[in-house]
Amino acid sequence: MSTHHIHVTINGTAYEGDVDSRMLLVHWIRDGLQLTGTHIGCDTTSCGACTILVDGKATKSCTMFAVQANGRQIMTVEGMEQGGKLHPLQEGFHEKHALQCGYCTPGMLMAGLALLQRNPNPSEHEIRVGISGNLCRCTGYVNIVKAIQYAAEKMQDSEELSVPAQVALAREASNGD
Amino acid sequence: MIPGSFDYVVASSISDAVSLLQQHGDEAKILAGGQSLIPLLRFRLASPSVLIDINRIDGMEYIQETDNVLHIGAMTREAELDNSDLIRERYPILLDTSSLIADPVVRNWATVGGNLAHADPGNNHPATMLALGASVVAVGPDGERVIPIDEFFTDNSFETTLHPNEILTEIRVPAPTDRSGGAYIQLERKVGDYAIAGVAAYVRLNDAGQVTYAGIGLTNVGPTPIKARNAEQFLLGKALDDASIHQVADMAAAASQPTSDTRGPAEYKRAMVRTLAVRALQKALGRATGGE
Ligand SMILES: Cc1cc2nc3c(=O)[nH]c(=O)nc-3n(C[C@H](O)[C@H](O)[C@H](O)COP(=O)(O)OP(=O)(O)OC[C@H]3O[C@@H](n4cnc5c(N)ncnc54)[C@H](O)[C@@H]3O)c2cc1C
Ligand code: FES
Ligand code: FES
Repeated sequence: MSTHHIHVTINGTAYEGDVDSRMLLVHWIRDGLQLTGTHIGCDTTSCGACTILVDGKATKSCTMFAVQANGRQIMTVEGMEQGGKLHPLQEGFHEKHALQCGYCTPGMLMAGLALLQRNPNPSEHEIRVGISGNLCRCTGYVNIVKAIQYAAEKMQDSEELSVPAQVALAREASNGD
Repeated sequence: MIPGSFDYVVASSISDAVSLLQQHGDEAKILAGGQSLIPLLRFRLASPSVLIDINRIDGMEYIQETDNVLHIGAMTREAELDNSDLIRERYPILLDTSSLIADPVVRNWATVGGNLAHADPGNNHPATMLALGASVVAVGPDGERVIPIDEFFTDNSFETTLHPNEILTEIRVPAPTDRSGGAYIQLERKVGDYAIAGVAAYVRLNDAGQVTYAGIGLTNVGPTPIKARNAEQFLLGKALDDASIHQVADMAAAASQPTSDTRGPAEYKRAMVRTLAVRALQKALGRATGGE
């Protein structure tokens, strides 16, 4: 078995550590770094509770080895709140009652964020497709969809644009349309 | 669950990957998107002693059409097919295929090359590539060879004709002609699940509307991806109408070899192949003749 020294930036903070090649990324994040917001809900890459962003892409962190993340930028649910203020998506989940037990919520938030970064104004169908890799056993999804719609509106209206929305707007502006 | 132990190495180029494969022989496995391999390792259904990570090799992710051939780099992620204008406009059958694979999060990493190399009868691309008459490019110590897709899968599940020291680098698909079209349709228990049954159909027509090429591939209804050769042969020279479509769907169902499992009894799956084949051929015909 090989051991590797890795450097990973998570939520803007640089972390490093030694990992066995077989260590799953989710285990390193939860057990190694004590960032326990990211959950584990299955053994089959089905539930999405472990979803995080790796280089901006929604990723099931139970289906990537920690060593594969070397040199990459990661965002976990702990990175959403900024300066004591909830991210519009988190606020939406609160306002629209989009969680009951909360087990799926970190993954839903990450999948929702990845969706809104790509598509700031998704239709209901696009939202449902966007979270189709994330299972919720409590809510029936209806309120999760509403929460993401809430965040989409809020992020478009908001004067204090969140970073992802700023990036999306800058991209649109540079496309010249 | 936690995989057994293994060594992990990063390949910096295709030739580096090939020499690592030579060095480690049968003990090594390529790690592409990891979306099939890592679950297998976690269940300890595979226990390679070395993983060769090819995610850091530059230039293996591309979708390009040149000289009437679509070239797809083996490391192209399914999400890139989902979002490609070229694919949506000219190869809608590939969008049908990718958008039904697992879910959008899995598709951010899952690769087209891995989907074929894994040779899982439940994977979608094998059926579609069989229907399209694609080929794959393999690179080994002696250089490159092109393998027609119908010589790529063997009679055994999860087995291909790639040599142990070869890596799959590209998939090649013939470009559409004026009157050609294809579609992939599958039935699933729930979003993100592997197909109960899936059918890929691709046709080329002449000006008189007669079939000059027909490809039909089947997903998850046998030990391997299935090419319905008799059905394809039967269509040649015929017009695609209700009667011929239903006849050929019967032949596709006859070519399937389903077994009864948690996704349903064999009889049901065979019946579904028939129904899906009708729908896939109707959709392919629609696309070939200028419809959606
Ligand atoms: C929950 C879930 C549902 C899924 N549902 C579907 C589905 O409905 N349909 C479907 O088609 N797929 C499905 N998949 C599988 C998914 O598409 C996989 O990503 C795919 O089968 C393998 O691609 P990969 O890039 O992840 O390959 P990996 O998992 O990295 O590799 C798979 C195998 O192929 C070999 N390999 C990979 N790339 C190469 C290469 N370039 N050269 C040589 N060998 C190579 C590896 O060594 C390994 O043996 C699902 C996966 C999950 C987790
Ligand atoms: S823990 Fe279920 S998908 Fe990762
Ligand atoms: S809120 Fe309980 S699983 Fe989603």
